[in-house]
Amino acid sequence: MEDALLLALQLLSATIRVATPLVLAAFAGMYCERSGVVDIGLEGKMLAGAFFSAAVASVTLNPWLGLLAGIAAGVVLALVHGFACITHNGNQVVSGMAINILVAGLAPTLAYAWFQQGGQTPLLPNEARIPAVELPGVEALSGIPVLGPVYRELLNGNNVLIWVTLVLVIATHWVLYRSRFGLRLRAVGENPAAVDTAGLSVTRLRYQALLVTGALTGMAGSYLSTGHGAGFVRDMTAGKGYLALAALIFGKWRPGPTLFACLLFAFTDAVQVRLQGVELPGIGVIPVQFIQMLPYVLTVLLLAGFVGKAIAPKASGIPYVKER
Amino acid sequence: MLLSGSGKGQPGAVPGWVGYALLPVLNLVAAFVLSGLVILVIGENPIDVLSLLLSEALGYPEAIGYTLYYTTDYIFTGLAVAIAFHCGLFNIGGEGQAYLGGLGAGLVALALTGWPWPVVALLAVLASALFGAAWAFIPAWLQAKRGSHIVITTIMFNFIAASIMTWLLVDVLIRPGSQSPETREFDPGVWLPSMDRALGWFGITIPASPLNLSFLWALACCLLFHIFLRRTRWGYELRTVGRNERAAVYAGISPSRNIIIAMLISGALAGFVGVNEILGVQHRVILNFTGGVGFVGIAVALMGRNHPVGIILAALLFGVLAQGGGQLSFDYPTINRELVMVIQGLVILFAGAMENLFKPQVEALFRRRSAATAADVATGGRG
Repeated sequence: MEDALLLALQLLSATIRVATPLVLAAFAGMYCERSGVVDIGLEGKMLAGAFFSAAVASVTLNPWLGLLAGIAAGVVLALVHGFACITHNGNQVVSGMAINILVAGLAPTLAYAWFQQGGQTPLLPNEARIPAVELPGVEALSGIPVLGPVYRELLNGNNVLIWVTLVLVIATHWVLYRSRFGLRLRAVGENPAAVDTAGLSVTRLRYQALLVTGALTGMAGSYLSTGHGAGFVRDMTAGKGYLALAALIFGKWRPGPTLFACLLFAFTDAVQVRLQGVELPGIGVIPVQFIQMLPYVLTVLLLAGFVGKAIAPKASGIPYVKER
Repeated sequence: MLLSGSGKGQPGAVPGWVGYALLPVLNLVAAFVLSGLVILVIGENPIDVLSLLLSEALGYPEAIGYTLYYTTDYIFTGLAVAIAFHCGLFNIGGEGQAYLGGLGAGLVALALTGWPWPVVALLAVLASALFGAAWAFIPAWLQAKRGSHIVITTIMFNFIAASIMTWLLVDVLIRPGSQSPETREFDPGVWLPSMDRALGWFGITIPASPLNLSFLWALACCLLFHIFLRRTRWGYELRTVGRNERAAVYAGISPSRNIIIAMLISGALAGFVGVNEILGVQHRVILNFTGGVGFVGIAVALMGRNHPVGIILAALLFGVLAQGGGQLSFDYPTINRELVMVIQGLVILFAGAMENLFKPQVEALFRRRSAATAADVATGGRG
């Protein structure tokens, strides 16, 4: 019983660690897609965030400067995306794709030239990493049956950014549905002409949304390279940006379901690590690859309307051109 | 006035070549200037690096062979993206379709040991087209019948393809007793002859390179692409759907049918990458042999303005980048081949997403000029 509880808690703890960058990236995507700007460049922005935080953290030995650098990198790329898609009415998918390819090249190129370690940053010492939060009273509570282990395994020792993410999730829900900015944001993604008629600048709102997107993706990258990991390695995001996009769609562009989708995808990943090579009764060994592709298959099924119906913001992907 | 008469008589008109030649070149220059900046940041001289890149890609016959080998891939994926574009669709799934196409070609080559290569080549072309098209069919059907956004579904299908191929190569098709996930090597008799071997039959000797006969098939595909799109009823219907779906419906053209047709052709074209890579060069099915060709195809189609001639030129440009950029690392210890992706990304950004960046200024310039000449002509005539 005790063992089963411990196993479950460890699984959940792993789920939370894996889910954090997904949640950050998916919520980043939520801001810009809700404002009508499609962003398949989440992956690239995250990778840039991961590289620049690790690079700055390894030079300054200060993880917070690293975090700032990661956020700045995400924001700059988001602005590039905005410049192409909002200011110049460029194709949003092409711009996102370009950013992904650009960063996939740029990060290892700069890492190779600056650190001479074959496209990665040096291993970060502990003081250059974003720390975990050690909660008080672990010892005191460890004697209590269920609560003790839950406190010790699940709540204690989580990275600062995990807590920040939790706050951001709640804040996003509030911003989207309770604040004036959120109302305008949702409106500009559904009917920009109406927002324009009401005397608000569509361009300004969309740029604001992209700023948030950039900051959150940068933070997701920082978490990967300086929180969860200890340094940048080539292709560190490994498709997490696309997975976040899938989660965002699977969550129908809404905070609660998106969070759930991220946790579900992360949970399958955590389970998959444990299931590798394990014989399941009646099924046999499930190849890892089939578990890995589950999120993508689910997303396709959802988009096809076989699992509920995904309705995207109406104006997403369409540049807004004022009538003259 | 010199190149086209379209602007004649209406001051303020902009000649057509500005749109399909001058603006792309300007965007390309901007992309290369920024690439130069990146090279500067690394601490090398951009002019030296870029000129070395050019000479490593075009400077000697062997290099040209390599460049054209990369070009072959990019022509296939460029055409694949372009045909979907003509139908108003965005196929980001070229990567997965090419991957599956390689599986098709590989399975044929594995099964037909001992057969003459022309038969194998023909069947491999068919199989790669079939596999690529099949992989494009599901997103196409979902788009046509259920309205699922094809950009997202094709992205998802790239990942699904990668997972399936990894599973097949690790667990199913792997050469018995081998550790690395790849099939056994094909019988040399079924390999698609390389260009040096093929030209050798006619007494022409060129240095050995991965360039093979699939390059000719790529050029043939460009011609077929043009004929299909511009000279057949099907091509007309397809373009009509791309231009205006509602008008197509009124004309009795079925959008969903054409969406599926366009994507099937697109997938087949992307699948041909498998013929070049698997049957022509690798001679076995390996992991990740596509290496981003599907994404480069987007850039090729955008730069080539979805026209076969433009696509050939753009594919050549990216071929030069791939080959020349890959060689840079041998001369510059600070540069590795990922620099190519930086340049690719910048080219896609400027030529694709920011294609309108210089448009207002350039068009205004031409309008002012043609207005000025028109005024000159007018006053000259009166005087």
